[in-house]
Amino acid sequence: MDLTTFFQSCVTSVSIGSAYALIAIGYTMVYGILRLINFAHGDIFMMAGYFTIFAMSNFMLPWYVAIPLVLAMTALLGVVIERIAYKPLRSAPRMSIMISAIGVSFFLENFATYLFTGLPKSFPGIGFLQIPMEWGSVKLQSVSIITPIVTIVLVVALMTLVNKTKIGMAMRAAAKDFETAQLMGIKINRVISFTFAVGSVLAAVGAILYFSPRPMVYPYSGMMPGLKCFVAAVLGGIGSIPGACIGGFIIGAVETFLVAMFPTLSGYSDAFTFVLLILMLLVRPTGLLGEKMTDKV
Amino acid sequence: MKLSKKTNVGLTVALVAVAAVVITLLDLKIIGSTYVTNIIKLSAIYALVGVSMNLVNGFTGLFSLGQAGFMAIGAYVVAMLTTDPAGRAGIYYVVPINPVLEQIQIPFPVALILGGLVAAGLAYLIGAPILRLKSDYLAIATLGFSEIIRVVLSNNELAPFTNGSLGLKNVPSFSSMWKDLGLPGNGLWLCLGIVALCIAIVVLLINSSYGRAFKAIRENEVAAEAMGINLAHHKQMSFAIGAFFAAIGGGLLAAHLTAIDPNQFKIALTYELLLIVVLGGLGSITGTVLGAFVYTAGKEWLRWCDNPLTIGGVEIPIFRSGLRMVIFSILLMVIVLFYNRGLMGTSEFSWNGIYGTLRRWIGKVTGKIRKEAKQ
Amino acid sequence: MRRILALAMSCVLVLGILAGCGNGNSSGEGGSDGEKVIKVGVFECTTGENGGGGQLEVNGIKYANQIKPTVKIGDEEYKVELVISDNKSDKSEAANAASYLVNEGCSIVLGSYGSAVSIAAGSVFKEAEIPAIGCSCTNPQVTLGNDYYFRVCFLDSFQAKVLAYYAIEQGYTKAAVLTQVGDDYSIGLGQFFQEYFVEFGGEIVSSQSFPANNSDYSALLQNVKSSGAQCVFAPSSITAAPVILQQAQSLGLEAVFMGPDTWDNADMINTAEGGAAGCTEGLICSTFFDDSGDDVADFVNGYKEAFETDTVNVVTALGYDAYMAAIQAIEAAGSTDGNAIRDALTGVSFTGVTGPIAFDQNGDVAKDSAVLKTASGGKLVYADTVTVTDVQ
Repeated sequence: MDLTTFFQSCVTSVSIGSAYALIAIGYTMVYGILRLINFAHGDIFMMAGYFTIFAMSNFMLPWYVAIPLVLAMTALLGVVIERIAYKPLRSAPRMSIMISAIGVSFFLENFATYLFTGLPKSFPGIGFLQIPMEWGSVKLQSVSIITPIVTIVLVVALMTLVNKTKIGMAMRAAAKDFETAQLMGIKINRVISFTFAVGSVLAAVGAILYFSPRPMVYPYSGMMPGLKCFVAAVLGGIGSIPGACIGGFIIGAVETFLVAMFPTLSGYSDAFTFVLLILMLLVRPTGLLGEKMTDKV
Repeated sequence: MKLSKKTNVGLTVALVAVAAVVITLLDLKIIGSTYVTNIIKLSAIYALVGVSMNLVNGFTGLFSLGQAGFMAIGAYVVAMLTTDPAGRAGIYYVVPINPVLEQIQIPFPVALILGGLVAAGLAYLIGAPILRLKSDYLAIATLGFSEIIRVVLSNNELAPFTNGSLGLKNVPSFSSMWKDLGLPGNGLWLCLGIVALCIAIVVLLINSSYGRAFKAIRENEVAAEAMGINLAHHKQMSFAIGAFFAAIGGGLLAAHLTAIDPNQFKIALTYELLLIVVLGGLGSITGTVLGAFVYTAGKEWLRWCDNPLTIGGVEIPIFRSGLRMVIFSILLMVIVLFYNRGLMGTSEFSWNGIYGTLRRWIGKVTGKIRKEAKQ
Repeated sequence: MRRILALAMSCVLVLGILAGCGNGNSSGEGGSDGEKVIKVGVFECTTGENGGGGQLEVNGIKYANQIKPTVKIGDEEYKVELVISDNKSDKSEAANAASYLVNEGCSIVLGSYGSAVSIAAGSVFKEAEIPAIGCSCTNPQVTLGNDYYFRVCFLDSFQAKVLAYYAIEQGYTKAAVLTQVGDDYSIGLGQFFQEYFVEFGGEIVSSQSFPANNSDYSALLQNVKSSGAQCVFAPSSITAAPVILQQAQSLGLEAVFMGPDTWDNADMINTAEGGAAGCTEGLICSTFFDDSGDDVADFVNGYKEAFETDTVNVVTALGYDAYMAAIQAIEAAGSTDGNAIRDALTGVSFTGVTGPIAFDQNGDVAKDSAVLKTASGGKLVYADTVTVTDVQ
């Protein structure tokens, strides 16, 4: 591997890793509060892609109008899904709520196929994300620089929100102990809705940044990124926001460097992600930054 | 009030007899069609894999999502070893077949069991480290493991055996195997017989001391350990047995479809199976079987939604391709939301249960009538 | 409330299953208003991973049905009714979808996009003795050893040979290959291309593969760049292709891209151009169908008008031809019986929109030429025609 390849791979891995990180945070936040693997999160991400296409290609809105609209729509979608599919199951066995998540994921995929057909739709170009740049022999688009910056800004903002504000405190309380938080007068449903809204907004930002350099959206385009980001969340320690962020970067880096260093193994890159995950779980069962859980007798 | 033992046995025998007659008639194509028998076969195979998943998830309380990977192993062993050696060169047309494998052909039941043993062995090996993980972590690790199996199968390194991404075809079908035995019919009995046998073994296992230990682990690991149950051993056993039957299901699937490829065994398959298990009721064998039939048949039944529908000469615009799956997923959601313990809950099918429900209903109806009469 | 809902739902399901079993064979004789009907099954993936391609193929079949809605059997006019059955791009579903068509009493079946599902359905059609005509399933295994499966497209090996030949003709001696793991179409083409390219005197300098739904190709493309390849053969789906092309451009990869018939898709080119202008410039793809030809103008214009679109894809044209072949065979057979139609299919010969259609003893179409297109200014234009005699 020469130096150009190395730097090129660095840029790629940071760019893709930060998009993963944004999606992974959605998983981790929901898991932290509801102990639910939100299988539908990848599909929310996919829907955000379609929303952008509609806003920009069909309604011809300029990007500065379209993006806030897409974020709002996606947040609404996340909250509605929570209200319809998860809220009625608060007291049900944990498996049921997870099945409900799988059901929602099925529904979103099938519904998207029905509405938009299985033909991939092209993601609209957003000017400021596509400026070609050159740095020595390394070539890139502005999106590769913007993505990590946006991610870092959002993560810092989110951390402030969680640690410094009242709603953030409510979120932490709910994550620590759901029932006690409820008894202490925290309006748990509002906190959960808020969590879903935030997670979905981040997924929408992730979608815009992810699809911009990979401009094909189709009903299953959320599946693999969704799964990878879930892996990222587990890797970093599910429930921990900085953990999800680190997990996203690790997955991005592993994926890119495996291919760059061992081209013959490129077909195995998905498998390698999972090998890494299993190894990590064996060494540190709760992920990098996860809290240790103890059994209650 | 309960039904007497005699009535119970009688009813069960009657049910089995009716089922046997119906199956024979279906198999001889006196009633129904290939379409119906195909749905039944697929449902039965899903039922078996669902039961294997239920054994691990519902009875032992291990949240495992690796079923698709184990099915793949079973399917591949059967597909590699039972096809006619004469046609193999044509199947491995990109990477030539391994010369040793080319000569080997073993009977279907042997291949089925071999596939099961390979999967069980693998499950036992990986079980030792990963079963230490708890709940969701175990789920994601097993899910990852199943993906690893699929990726390895689809890559070219093993292609002389697995034919890589191209998949394998010409697996002998149930009907051809059945006819080779010189029996009348189309092999529905073969498929259902193997499934029934396997499910019966699982039921026996669940009611044995092993099964009780599994349930104890599900209820409370710490307490179970305190009672002297070897946690690691029992978890590994349950995991390996689950893998064994999943692989048998995979092998049956290969024979049912006569062609397989690695893409069939994606995570989506595991999700579908999990839906079947939870739909039927986690921890209920009869529930899983019921769930498998409802799931598979329900999906087929909705097929009319995909074709344009005209009522009274007016074409209803929403009926077009894709609607079937939308309605199907909505129905699933409704069941999950309103029936969050599944169709059967954790209870098993029993005549007493049916009798009790009927009595309650009749009681309610008569009670109402009586009330109205009084007024 | 729950109990009632549950009861209602189970009733609906049970009724539905009964209804599903109930409507058995009803083909051949008698439609609702005394009109004779022959059913043609459309076995396609209209949903699932290949849903997009399948939909385009169905459109071609539907258009053909509009053009030729009736068929003469003996002296009687039969109405052709299409029965569409979705296989969800999934093998387990394929067997059911196929037997559904058999159960509906179809006399002949068209489809599917994607070879894997066609292979799985093949045994069902064979058992039911109903012929099937594949539109764009290029895997040799579809028709091999199955007397009831035919197809109107050429095989992977021929396509790869044409492209390898053309690459050598253009003076390229070093080629790289990028294939998608798990995709039989991509893997098969890639492997054949490697063989033929070496056979014709070239050298494969890099051979890599990527998983489905891959998110980033720059690492792969960087490897291609450092290998010094002059051309890159990247058989891939229309979802992957634009990303590959764009990332290749942003990396400054100058090698010429070559693709299979999936790349003959104006939407794909537009998408790629939309993200990075000029990234498709000079790419080459092989196809069955030249939509600028004079002899297909009627079809192209008619289709564009009927479906309000401005592009005609190769799979649409193949769907059209498959339908026409089926109609010819039904007329020749003079019967709705599957076996009779199958026998008649071997004698079918006509010029379709994708070229001459006639089937060899394997059931494969005896096409002798492939069209090569190149992208210029964001549009695919005719480049060359390569015939069988050229590549031998």
